[in-house]
Amino acid sequence: MTPAPSPQALQAPLVVEFPFTRSLGPVQSAFLTGLRTRTVLGVRTTDGRVLVPPVEYDPVTAGELSELVEVAPTGTVTTWAWNPSPRRGQPLSTPFAWVLVRLDGAHTALLHALDAPGPEAVRTGMRVRIRWAGERGGAITDIACFEPYEGPEGGEAVPHSGEFADPVTGIVAPARLDYTYAPGRAQSRYLRALADRTTYGERCPSCRKVYVPPRGACPTCGIAPDEQVEVGPRGTVTTFCIVNIKARNLDIDVPYVYAHIALDGADLALHARIGGIPYDEVRMGLRVEPVWSEDGRYPDHYRPTGEPDADYDTYKELL
Amino acid sequence: MTKEPVAVVGIGQTKHTAARRDVSIAGLVREAAVRALEDAQLTWPDIDAVVIGKAPDFFEGVMMPELYLADALGAVGKPMLRVHTAGSVGGSTALVAAGLVAARVHRTVLTLAFEKQSESNAMWGLSLPIPFQQPLLAGAGGFFAPHVRAYMRRTGAPSGVGALVAYKDRRNALRNPYAHLHEHDLTLDQVRSSPMLWDPIRYSETCPSSDGACAMVLTDRAGADRAPYPPAWMHGGAMRSEPTLFAGKDFVSPRAGRDCAADVYRQAGITDPRREIDAVEMYVPFSWYEPMWLENLGFADEGEGWKLTESGVTELGGDLPVNPSGGVLSTNPIGASGMLRFAEAALQVRGRAGEHQVDGARKALGHAYGGGSQFFSMWVVADTPPAG
Repeated sequence: MTPAPSPQALQAPLVVEFPFTRSLGPVQSAFLTGLRTRTVLGVRTTDGRVLVPPVEYDPVTAGELSELVEVAPTGTVTTWAWNPSPRRGQPLSTPFAWVLVRLDGAHTALLHALDAPGPEAVRTGMRVRIRWAGERGGAITDIACFEPYEGPEGGEAVPHSGEFADPVTGIVAPARLDYTYAPGRAQSRYLRALADRTTYGERCPSCRKVYVPPRGACPTCGIAPDEQVEVGPRGTVTTFCIVNIKARNLDIDVPYVYAHIALDGADLALHARIGGIPYDEVRMGLRVEPVWSEDGRYPDHYRPTGEPDADYDTYKELL
Repeated sequence: MTKEPVAVVGIGQTKHTAARRDVSIAGLVREAAVRALEDAQLTWPDIDAVVIGKAPDFFEGVMMPELYLADALGAVGKPMLRVHTAGSVGGSTALVAAGLVAARVHRTVLTLAFEKQSESNAMWGLSLPIPFQQPLLAGAGGFFAPHVRAYMRRTGAPSGVGALVAYKDRRNALRNPYAHLHEHDLTLDQVRSSPMLWDPIRYSETCPSSDGACAMVLTDRAGADRAPYPPAWMHGGAMRSEPTLFAGKDFVSPRAGRDCAADVYRQAGITDPRREIDAVEMYVPFSWYEPMWLENLGFADEGEGWKLTESGVTELGGDLPVNPSGGVLSTNPIGASGMLRFAEAALQVRGRAGEHQVDGARKALGHAYGGGSQFFSMWVVADTPPAG
């Protein structure tokens, strides 16, 4: 038995991002389209209050709301927080205040940025107005930010049809999460060994099953394995499919074979691509071995060894 | 103290479709909720709590949609819970809601599940390149297709069984006005010759990508007494989970599924599900999962599930109709798909399934699974209250 060493764990950046779309529905569509023409719309609730930004359903009665009204581009700061170091994607690149602004004619406040020289220039109750973006396309960013304002107050909200030519019906909302990915000690050991073209599994001291890749804990017994076991390099195709759909951002020509391979000595199959054989000749029980790329951390794919196929009974428990 | 009997008195769903660009997510869930309330002839103040479910947040990119949806679902001032169990979430959401009624925590609960797949791309949006790992992405079908091949090898099922399931479910969907796919002219030959996506799974044997929502109103015995239409009564509900991958996992017939079925049958006093259950709504995203789940759920012995499908037992006119609604193969708003199975089972025993009603259905099974076949949830509903 070889006690597992505990080398430094690996880590790397992992970016998760996707350009989600949003269908707006009638109320949000009117609100965002209005901003494009420097019109701020709210919605009147059953009890007569004006909500800005507007919502589709009454927060008190749950009733559907559709009575749109126009409010002023001027308002009052109801509370605020100073942001000394703006981040990517925020409304202003210089330090600014996050503010809740109750626009004249509205009963609720809108969250946005206030352009101010410093926190000493911001106070609750101060008067502000919208600074419109130069180019507007029907988005909350059509309001570039708020700025201090000393002029007259806007009046009551006035009815608005909410109808505009060429309304905005959807937006794209890109989401991005920046992670630092750490595969952990067990995986790090496995990956380092792979770089030397050796495949290690870990054996659970309780159920004796060998896990490849290792996970640092047996998912059945909940015990941390303490024994590394060299497995493979050869293995058996237990099952597979032939992929005919090209994956986004993946440089593999279709069709290709996506296979489950039980490496010799492992108690569950790993997933890999099969090459070196026409895709329609791959079969369950095929004996395969890894093919390493020049600088690869892992086998690029597996190819047939030329051995006779494994008997079904030898791998049927690994399906 | 015995549990409170749980009754389904309201069911609502949207007309499922590829993209509902006319509504926001709030507008989508609202439609289903309003229809469920109308079916129960209740209004928002009659609801004591709201339990919602959907697939992982990154499917649409709305973090914690339960916060944003509180006003659309009349949950302001009431408890609101969100349930997460991947594709099975619609089923487990209904069971969490049912548990609140059974435990007499709340008398009447609105439960709802949804997905607006058009706002994202569930196939590739979630297939992320992980550092240090070989990029090898095959999509959802690529994950499940090898298990279908394993089933075929293990049972000797002839290769045409999957097409029979797909053709049956798409035909059933024509009787369900809410189903996404209404392929009036589809023939069995077209299913058989449709493009092979992830061999052995063909295009027509694959679920669509849908926008949709499903809602139910669950209530206690007193609530059921006031209901305008016959309720469905819950006779058993169970959930089981297991790891996605572990040594000894049986992907063809996962133990968590078998155990979950055994538990729900025990609760419902069912000893022979094949004889005692009149209709089944099971989660079949790829056609071959019908025969696989028939075995996993105890309707057929191991290796025999495909024979039920092949002999027509699972057709609408057969003696164990499976997915009379058209199933996931015809409608797949992922988060809602499990609840649709539960709701369709309830519609059958209420006698309110319309054109896809199974004659004389008195006891039905709703089934959902999710993740890499790791989460299972099921309920049995009947047209009479449970004994005791």
